[in-house]
Amino acid sequence: MSFLDPLIRTARRRSPWLFHANAGSCNGCDIELVACLTPRYDAEQLGIRLEASPRHADVMVVSGPVTRTTCEALQTVYAQMPNPKVVVALGSCPASCNVFAGSPTIVGPLDRVLPVDVFVPGCPPRPDAIIAGIAEAVAILAGDKPRPEYATRPAVAEAVGTGGHQ
Amino acid sequence: MTTLREFFQLLVFPGLLYAVPAAFLMVWLQRKINARLQGRIGPPFYQPFFDVVKLFAKQPIQRPPLQGFLMTAFPLIAVASTLGAISLLPVFPASGGFSGDLVLLVALIELGPLCAVLAGFTSRSLWGGLGATREAVLTLAYNLPFLTALFALAAAGFSLSGMATTASVPVRVLALAALLLTLPAKLHLNPFSIASAEQEIYAGSTTEFDGPRLALWELAHGLEWVALAGLIAVLAFPVARVAWPLHAIAFVVISFAVVVLLSIVAASTARLKLAQTARWFWLWGFGLALSALVVAFVQI
Repeated sequence: MSFLDPLIRTARRRSPWLFHANAGSCNGCDIELVACLTPRYDAEQLGIRLEASPRHADVMVVSGPVTRTTCEALQTVYAQMPNPKVVVALGSCPASCNVFAGSPTIVGPLDRVLPVDVFVPGCPPRPDAIIAGIAEAVAILAGDKPRPEYATRPAVAEAVGTGGHQ
Repeated sequence: MTTLREFFQLLVFPGLLYAVPAAFLMVWLQRKINARLQGRIGPPFYQPFFDVVKLFAKQPIQRPPLQGFLMTAFPLIAVASTLGAISLLPVFPASGGFSGDLVLLVALIELGPLCAVLAGFTSRSLWGGLGATREAVLTLAYNLPFLTALFALAAAGFSLSGMATTASVPVRVLALAALLLTLPAKLHLNPFSIASAEQEIYAGSTTEFDGPRLALWELAHGLEWVALAGLIAVLAFPVARVAWPLHAIAFVVISFAVVVLLSIVAASTARLKLAQTARWFWLWGFGLALSALVVAFVQI
């Protein structure tokens, strides 16, 4: 298996497939994510593909401040993705709840619910920032960079372990 | 000698050693042409290869034993049968073959879509079932012109090498046009992509497939490209008396030309609804194939 490792790592670097989950986003970040696939930014050059099914995906991109109704769905979808996988928090909402902070209908920020690997701040972030964030997530996926400390907190791992069912 | 040639056909030239790289290249060519026509640059040529390697290296989700077994078996059968169909193609002029190998070829080509239908229902996903239902209806729609056109070409007997050489020019043109019409449906391309309908019903029958199982489907899909483009190439290049290297080169060139043609059509059309697709095939596809059949039998 070991002589295949360089090939597998290269393959992981070159073909990140995204699953986009909307956790109560205002649609601003979602539009910017789709803009990454347009002729101007053309993320397909990097092998990035937006997949419709979480079963196919390597990178979970979450936008929105995580409302109460989407919290459990997020954990289910995360559990449905095969390992190895990474999570990218898209925009300011999953990072800090943004203007929705303090609302009784908000469970977020996202790192209370899922182990977030990369934060891409902005309201909304620019497409080049999103692509840079995905590239960083891919480096974590391929093992070029260690998983950040905040993604390996035991509380988050526990929440994910009990949340989703496959 | 014939055994040696059969092994060569299965493992080297139209078979494994040619088919797998050609499958990756054809999938890439389709994505690249699609991107160029949309004003994008598109993926690099090694993209489908790395996609498949990455998927093979993922850990599959734990499933109940029987479901896990079936969900691995169906894509494996699809890959194996499509490879078998490719190795049956009479690329070399006197490549043996046997009476009735056309029937085997059609059976092997049809095993892939059948496995996709069964796999969609086996995955017990709503979207998988929906994709499988559409695939099944589509199979009924496109196989009527597909089989009729093959019958028209096979008026002299159900042998592939005979078909590739004996059919007259008008029959060949009409039947090839009918066969070409069915290819976008068989390969899930626009305008007949209703069965997979990405983003609309998630990923159709492969929605629940992950990691290595999905990699097998990607491989099977690439091999279907090679098999169907190769079938057109074999039937479109009828000269049997030329030297075999020329014949092999013509096979590869026409295969890739078919891929370019289908990709351009796919990039410039929109998806038709299921009923529209079925009506289209039963009316125009079947009309074209039937006229080929009539011409073939009137001439005899």
